[in-house]
Amino acid sequence: MAASPDLIEREAALQGLGVSRLRKEDARFIRGQGTFIDDIKLPGMLFGAMVRSPYAHARIKSINKDKALAMPGVTAVLVADDLRPLGLHWMPTIGGDTQAVLADEKVCFQMQEVAMVIASDRYTAADAADMVEVEYEELPAIVDPHKAMDDDAPIIREDIADKDEVSHGPRTHPNHIFTWEAGDKDATDAVFDNAAVTVKEEILNPRVHPCPIETCGCVASFDKVTGQLTVNVTSQVPHLFRTVLAMLSGIPESKIRVISGDIGGGFGNKVPIYPGYVIAVVASIVTGLPIKWIESRIENISTTGFARDYHGIGELAADKDGRIKALRFFALADHGAFNSHVSATKLPAGLFSICTGSYDIPTAYCRVDAVYTNKAPGGVAYRCSLRVTEAVYLIERMIDILALKVGVDKAEIRRRNFIKEDMFPYNTSLGWTVDSGSYHNALDKVLKAVDYEGLLKEQAEKRANGELMGIGISTFTEIVGAGPTKVCDILGIGLFDSCEIRVNPTGSAIARFGTMSQGQGHATTYAQIIATELGLPSDEIQIEEGDTDTAPYGAGTWGSRSTPVGGAAAALAARKIRAKAQKIAAHLLEVGEADLEWEIDRFKVKGNPTQTKTMKEIAMVAHTGDLPEGMQQGLDASEYYDPPNLTFPFGAYVCVVDIDRFTGETKVRRFYALDDCGTRINPMIIEGQIHGGLTEAFAVAFGQEIPFDENGNHLGNSLMDYFIPTSFETPHWETDETVTPSPHHPIGAKGVAESPHVGGIPCFSNAVVDAFAHLGVTHMDMPHSAYRVWQQCKALGIDKHADT
Amino acid sequence: MIPRSFEYHAPQSVSEAIELLQKYGDTARLLAGGHSLIPMMKIRFAEPEHLVDLGKVAELRGIREQGKELRIGAMTTENDLIWSTLVQQKCPLLVEAARLIGDPQVRYKGTLGGDISHGDPGNDHPAIMLALGASFVLVGSNGERVVAADDFFVDTYVTALEPDEVLTEIRVPVLAKNTGWCYAKLKRKIGDFATAAAAVVLTMKGDTVKEVAIALTNAGATAFRAREAEDSLRGKKFDDAAIAEAARLVMSICDPAEDLRGDVEYKTAMTGEMTRRALRTARDRAI
Repeated sequence: MAASPDLIEREAALQGLGVSRLRKEDARFIRGQGTFIDDIKLPGMLFGAMVRSPYAHARIKSINKDKALAMPGVTAVLVADDLRPLGLHWMPTIGGDTQAVLADEKVCFQMQEVAMVIASDRYTAADAADMVEVEYEELPAIVDPHKAMDDDAPIIREDIADKDEVSHGPRTHPNHIFTWEAGDKDATDAVFDNAAVTVKEEILNPRVHPCPIETCGCVASFDKVTGQLTVNVTSQVPHLFRTVLAMLSGIPESKIRVISGDIGGGFGNKVPIYPGYVIAVVASIVTGLPIKWIESRIENISTTGFARDYHGIGELAADKDGRIKALRFFALADHGAFNSHVSATKLPAGLFSICTGSYDIPTAYCRVDAVYTNKAPGGVAYRCSLRVTEAVYLIERMIDILALKVGVDKAEIRRRNFIKEDMFPYNTSLGWTVDSGSYHNALDKVLKAVDYEGLLKEQAEKRANGELMGIGISTFTEIVGAGPTKVCDILGIGLFDSCEIRVNPTGSAIARFGTMSQGQGHATTYAQIIATELGLPSDEIQIEEGDTDTAPYGAGTWGSRSTPVGGAAAALAARKIRAKAQKIAAHLLEVGEADLEWEIDRFKVKGNPTQTKTMKEIAMVAHTGDLPEGMQQGLDASEYYDPPNLTFPFGAYVCVVDIDRFTGETKVRRFYALDDCGTRINPMIIEGQIHGGLTEAFAVAFGQEIPFDENGNHLGNSLMDYFIPTSFETPHWETDETVTPSPHHPIGAKGVAESPHVGGIPCFSNAVVDAFAHLGVTHMDMPHSAYRVWQQCKALGIDKHADT
Repeated sequence: MIPRSFEYHAPQSVSEAIELLQKYGDTARLLAGGHSLIPMMKIRFAEPEHLVDLGKVAELRGIREQGKELRIGAMTTENDLIWSTLVQQKCPLLVEAARLIGDPQVRYKGTLGGDISHGDPGNDHPAIMLALGASFVLVGSNGERVVAADDFFVDTYVTALEPDEVLTEIRVPVLAKNTGWCYAKLKRKIGDFATAAAAVVLTMKGDTVKEVAIALTNAGATAFRAREAEDSLRGKKFDDAAIAEAARLVMSICDPAEDLRGDVEYKTAMTGEMTRRALRTARDRAI
C-alpha cells in the first residue's frame, strides 16, 4: 500500500534516518569559520617549541640552556630534570608501557623530544630552540625489527632492561615487548602437517602515517586562582584525555576541562597523549599563562602516531579444491622506542584475530611478537580498528595466493570459502561472533556490475600482447565498534559510549555525546537517528561533543565506533523519551498506553486516527502540570550503552589496473566498491566516507611509507615525499551497496568509515600482483610506487624495449 | 618549519634590486616566486638575512615578440606563460613544460626566471631552455650581458649569475618550420620534481632529422644537453633504431642522484624512456 501524501510529507519534514541530508557542519567549514586548535588565541598566551634529537639512539651528555634563556622573549627551557620533581618526566602509555615526556639521559628515536622552549611567540620559540645546546654520544641504532632480538642487539630501553614484563606477559629479550597468541596452535599445526595444499608468504604492512590535514596541538591554560586547568586539544578521545591528565597531574578531574573543538581529521593520529601536551600543561601550571604547542608537518609525520609496521607471515592449508582448512599467521610488530601502541588493554595486538576474514576457516592460530626499535613510538589505528587493516590484508592477499596455487579463479575460491548466509551469527575459530553477512550476494552483484567475465577475457588478450593488466578482488569483513566492556577497556575504562538528550518545550532538542567528530558528520547523522526515533525534525536537534564539562563520558571516536556505540546510545536514549511521551499521550487522550500506536511524529489512538498527540505537543505538555499522576516534568534521558558485540561491516571490491612495464606506473582504470554497513543513516555521508577511505587506501597501496636509513634517520618525512594523493592522482570511485542490518544494534547500523580503507588496500595490491600473476609472481610488498613496480618488471626481464 | 628572521626588501626597479644585492652581498637572496627558496628557509637549509623580493618590479614582467625571438620578463609566472597566446603559438614547448610544474597555486606564484636562476637540476625550465637554445639577459652593476643557456648552468645551485646580478629577461627563439617539440616528464604526483624528464626540439626534413636538441632534467648535477644522442640523430632517418640508439646514448651520460624517486639505475632507465617518448611525440608534431 502506497503511503499517503500526508505521511510522506511528515516523514520528509523530519529529515531522519536514510535521508541524504546535507551536512550541518559544512556551513562553517566552507566559510573558513571552523575553530581549529591554532585558531585559539588567549590573552598572554606563550608558545612552546620542541628541541628534538638529531640521532635515533644516543646518550645525552649535557644540555646547556643558557644561550636560549638569554634571548629576549624566552620564558623557560624545560628538560627532563625540570619535570622530574613533579614525576612528569615519564608518562604511562595506552600500551601499558612508560614513555619519556622529555628524554631522560638518552634518546631512542630521531626527533625525540629533548626540551621545550617557552617563549612569547612561535618565532622566538623556534629561534631559541636552535640555541639549546645538547651534547650527544651516538649509539648504534636498531632499525630493522628482525634484528631487535638478536643476541648482540643494543638495548634500547635501559630503564626497563631488567623487567621481565612491561605489559602483556613475559619478555624474552630486553627489546621484546610482548608475545600474544590466539587460536589452537597444536590443532592448526596438525592440519598443516596433513594438508593437501599449503601456501606461505611474507607480507609487509610498511610503517605509514595517517597524516591528517591538521597536525596535533593544544592550548593548555591553568588558572592559578581557581586551580582550574583548561586544555583545548586535537583529541579524538577528550574524556579519556581528561582522565589521564588527572591521573598524571593529581588535579581532580572536576578541575580539568578538556575541549576538543573542530578537528581537521584524526584517522587515529589524535588518540594518544603526546609529550607536547604534557609539557604544555606543566608549563602552564608553572607560569600561570596559556601555552600553545602546535606540531609542524614534519614533526607530525616523524613523531606522533604512526601506523602499521607489521611484518607478517601468512600460511593457509587447504584441500585440493582450495577449501581452506586452517590458517596460521605470524606478525612481527615494530612498535618503536616506547610501547604506546593504541589498543584495548586486553588486546595487545588489537583485533588482529579477525584475520579469518569472510571465510569459514575451521582451525586457526595467530601470533604477534612486538619489539622495540629506534623509531618513533606508536602503532595507531590509521582509519581502521586496531590492527584490522593488517589482519584483512594478510587474509585477502593469502587467499589470492592460494587461488594461484590450486589453479582456481580468485572469485571462485572466495565463494567456496565464504561463511554462508545461514551460518550467521558465525563463531570464528579465533573467538569472534560475526553478527551478520551476505557475502555471496555482494560478490555476485559486483562481478556482474563490472562484467568480470569480460575483464578476464580482455586480460587474456592483453597478456598475449605482453601488456600488464590486473584485476583485484577484495571481499573483506571488518570488525568495528569497540566495544563490549567485557572485552574492551583502556586504562581500566570500558569502551561504552553515551548520549544525553534534552527536549525543549517547543519540541527542539539538544543531544550530547561521549564521542568526538573529526569530520565524520556527527552533528548531521546523530540528529537523523534521534529525529526518526522521536519524530522531531533533525534540523532542530543540536548535537554537541568534545567538551568534558558538558558532554557525558565516553571513549571518543576511533575504530568506527560512533555509530555502533554512540549511535546506539542515541537511539536508546530517544526511546526512553518516547516511552515517557507515550505515557503523557495516553494521559492526554485518556486511553491506555497500549491503545496508542506510533506514526512518524505522533502517537495516535488505534482505530481512531483523528485522536493524536504529536511529539511537539507532548514536549510542551511535559513542561506543564498536566501530567500523569506522580510524573515529573521534563523530557530528557541519558543512555550509557555497552554494546553486546562489535559490528561486522563487509564489502566486495573490484579494482582494474593497467601497468606500464617501461616506467612501472600503475593506472587504476576502475574501482568498484560495494559496501554493506547494515542500516544506512545518511547515504551521502556514507558515500563521502567511502570516497575518503578508498583514497587513503590508494595512498597506502601506492605510495605511503616512512622510510629510514640504517642509522634510523628519516628519509622522507615531509609532504614532498610522503604521498597524499591529490584529486589528480585519485581514481574515480564507483560505489554500491547491499543492506544486511546488524541484529544486535538498536537500528541495525554498523560502522562504515574504515571499511574502504581496510578493504581497499588489499584490493589494490591484489590487482597489482594479478597483473604479474601469469609470470609467476605471487606477492609484491607495498607501496606499489612506479619505482618498485618497475623493479618487479626488471626482475622478470620485461622492462626493456625489443630494440635494446 | 619557521624560518630564521630576515629583513624583507621590495625594490621597485632592477637598479634598486642590484643596489640591495651590492649592499648586502651574500647575506641577500632574491625572491622570485619563492617556491624553492621559502621551503628551504622554513627548514632552515637557507638562512638569508635579506630577502629581496622582485615581485614589485614591473619591468621584469611581460612577454613580447621581437624578430625571431620571444622576450620574456624573468618575473613572468608559469600561469602567465600557460595562458599567453603568443607563447602558445610561438613556443608551445614552454606551455607544455609550465603545465607540468607544481600545481595551480605554485604556478600562480612561481616564475620563469626564478625557476631558471635557482640552478636546481630538478627544475624543469633549465632543460627547456637548453633544448630551445635560449639566452638570458643578466644585469648587474657592470651593466648588461647576454649568456646562452648552454653556458649558464654550472653546477647544482650554481649558475653564471654574479652575486650582484639579476636575471631580467629570457630570450627564446621562435620555433622553425617543421619543428616538433615535447617535454616528457615522469613524476610521482602533482607537485613533484621529475624522477626523469627529457625535452626535445626536433626539425624534420621529410623522413630525416634536420636538427635536434635533447636536454635532460634531474639526470645530473645540472640540466644538460645530450649532444652525442643529438649527433646520432642529425641527418639520419628517424626510425625505431635511431630512437633506440639515441636513448642508449642518453642513458650512457646520465648521472642522477639516488633518492626516494629511485636509484641511479631506475632514473637512468627512465631518462632513456622519457627521451624515447619525447622524440616520438616531437616527430609526430613536426610533420
